[in-house]
Amino acid sequence: MAATLISWGFGHGWGTDLQAAGIAVIVIAFVKIRYVILDFMELRSAPLGMRVAAEAWCILVCATLVLLYGA
Amino acid sequence: MPEVGQLSHAANPAVERRVPGEAGIWIMIFGDMMVFSIMFAVFLFYRRADPALFESSRAHLNQTLGLINTFLLLTSSWFVAMAVQAARAHRARAAVIMFRLALACGVGFSLVKIAEYTQKVRAGIVINSNDFYMYYYMFTGIHFLHVLIGMGVLAFMAHYVADGKFSAIKVGHIESGASFWHMVDLLWIALFALLYLLR
Repeated sequence: MAATLISWGFGHGWGTDLQAAGIAVIVIAFVKIRYVILDFMELRSAPLGMRVAAEAWCILVCATLVLLYGA
Repeated sequence: MPEVGQLSHAANPAVERRVPGEAGIWIMIFGDMMVFSIMFAVFLFYRRADPALFESSRAHLNQTLGLINTFLLLTSSWFVAMAVQAARAHRARAAVIMFRLALACGVGFSLVKIAEYTQKVRAGIVINSNDFYMYYYMFTGIHFLHVLIGMGVLAFMAHYVADGKFSAIKVGHIESGASFWHMVDLLWIALFALLYLLR
């Protein structure tokens, strides 16, 4: 919830560096997504392969989006 | 001998590792997440071609409605997680209430989404207005379809848990339905960030 408010703040003109704020919005979204996957979907206690796949997905997609946005 | 079981359990925490729900639902969830990942990347790829157009269009979206919907889905995900806990503890009444509360959040999300679409269409903003709105309507529309399917699942679950008979298979079904709803929530988190917040 707090993370959502912070992202909303970045989307509303917090920070003077637009690009840094944009990258923060993407990264915060994926940190939240990771917690939904680990704690709500309970992959924290899933077989290791499944957990690694989920974590890898978060990192890979987040990194791709940051590069597409910021590079 | 439970002591022996407990000992081996303690010595090897990996024993506790398990897939929540059925394997089949996870193939569907991972597949869906792959498709959405490609959609996210496509959106940012085309955004690079005309960032000014995307930004001016984004500024016309209602961030407050998007924020309300994010809270509604996060809250409903929490209710669903509570419902699963209740089902595991064989507390049928609590599970029914939690699934109904989650469904109520889903209804709230839908009403906000419909109000938002109506606002846009009344302002003359439709799917072929420009590239940004094409992605906006397409992505949020496909996601909304997932919300509607998920609400059907939640309604079914509220009914399914009511009899209070919780076999391991039944709890597995409940976990599968719950996982689908959590996916609907996490996809919205990404859509909200990319479409509504990214300047």
